Amino acid sequence: MINSYFELIRSGINTTYQDKGRENLYHIGVPYSGAMDNRNFLIANKLVNNNLNAPVLEFAYQGPHLKYKGDKISIAITGDVMFKIIKNGLENTGNCYESYQIESGDEIDIISTNKSIYGYLAIGGKIDIKYQWKSCSINTKAKIGSNNGNKLESNQTIKLLNINSNKDKKKIDYINSKVENIRVIKGTNFNYFSDEGIKNFFEKKFMVSKLSDRMGMRLQGNKIDNIVNTNIKSEGLIKGVIQVPPDGNPIIMLSDHGTIGGYPKIGVVASVDYDRLVQITPGSKIKFTEIQLTDAETLFKLYEMDTDNLLSQI
Amino acid sequence: MINKIINLGDSALYCDFGQEVNKEINSKVIKYFNSVRKSNIEGVTNVTPSYNKLIISFNLSITNFKKIKKEIEILNIDYENKIINKEIQIPVCCENSFSLDIERLEKKLNLNREQILEKFFNKKYFCYMTGFIAGMPFLGDLDENMRANRLETPRVKVPKGSIGLTEQFTNIYTFESPGGWNIIGNTPLNVFDSFNENEPNLINPGDTVIFKEITSSEYKNYHD
Repeated sequence: MINSYFELIRSGINTTYQDKGRENLYHIGVPYSGAMDNRNFLIANKLVNNNLNAPVLEFAYQGPHLKYKGDKISIAITGDVMFKIIKNGLENTGNCYESYQIESGDEIDIISTNKSIYGYLAIGGKIDIKYQWKSCSINTKAKIGSNNGNKLESNQTIKLLNINSNKDKKKIDYINSKVENIRVIKGTNFNYFSDEGIKNFFEKKFMVSKLSDRMGMRLQGNKIDNIVNTNIKSEGLIKGVIQVPPDGNPIIMLSDHGTIGGYPKIGVVASVDYDRLVQITPGSKIKFTEIQLTDAETLFKLYEMDTDNLLSQI
Repeated sequence: MINKIINLGDSALYCDFGQEVNKEINSKVIKYFNSVRKSNIEGVTNVTPSYNKLIISFNLSITNFKKIKKEIEILNIDYENKIINKEIQIPVCCENSFSLDIERLEKKLNLNREQILEKFFNKKYFCYMTGFIAGMPFLGDLDENMRANRLETPRVKVPKGSIGLTEQFTNIYTFESPGGWNIIGNTPLNVFDSFNENEPNLINPGDTVIFKEITSSEYKNYHD
């Protein structure tokens, strides 16, 4: 061994290496990053017999087109993804949640994430990449992580240090469910907003703006009126916080968010809904429903049990 | 003492130390920050100090709000523990191509360029916190006559090294980023280094910063 590698014929729109992300760095201004949709990240790794925190390729909208050179290797793609596997010039449509054996000369063309945003490609082996603060996760805004903190570019290669021996086909029956209804716990500045504003927040739908990315999801809809102060003294943020700037359009903090912010917090997305929230595409509508802390905790436990159950079937 | 502890979502604690911004309250926040970090409470994933708040994030898979709140309430705070603070000089060049908002400030503050620079340089500023973007220090307090609001429309790209002013605070953009502070100059110094994993930040909470004016040629030759 070993000179096995993938060549990126096309990099895709926003393809990055991600793992679980990095902890304990908020105080210096570095967010978690990590795979946006944690459940699909874990399933992808399990399907190719990887450590569950192994680096995967995360892609958005249009994924990469890769050509493989080297010893037999297994790959798996998760999410709501349309892709083809090309062997000896013959194209076959691939299925998500199923592992495939790839041989030298084969190509994987990840065409689209359909009506979702993020998909995952796990490669059964160890990828040769750099870590920063024990994580490979790329944060393109802060230029942190593997690949010098940049998204992957066409003609780049993905070198492998070793390959898992894994000849069995693995698959699970799973449908990446969609939600429009996002459960929210009241935020620390909930009482900054007018009755009308709060009514708008919980009763009207909001449209996801095109200006959304791994840092935040911007929403447009009925203005949420602030009657106290449109600025607060800057304080820490966490992912899922919904801030309302002076223009009244909410912004949800996502995995690469700024660690400090000065806009009032109307709510925080319940952890149980985060994986599905991040998959809602620009132009779609979302609606918020209030949830109490204890219910959010219980539902998260159930969601985790469900994820563990899926992983144990692989 | 913490005035109140409430939940921020289902996986963080929001510890409120008061509404005002001053060194005294901020020092309490920093002492709690250090004590929480040292205590290694199971499940805590991040501790974020700011002017007068401390946010403690945790992993909901292994713990919850009630448990962490109890731990924080019984936590031993080491008030004696003196943090070793540094005094750091930051060279700043204010030539026209760097002082993007000097004209706006002249109008807003009713001061001329020389007066603004005189009130800004060679003063001691206290670092309240770092963040928003990696390594960005939030420093204060500016002279009473130097306080202006943020730009009405934030810039999409503030250049790396820019020195910003807003309200009683001043900051340093550690890399190119969106931002709405009034920019008066630029430092050639690298304030954040992600390759130095143990000490990526040049400036940390509690440190003192003094800005020193440099000329365009000193700026250009800084790294020689």
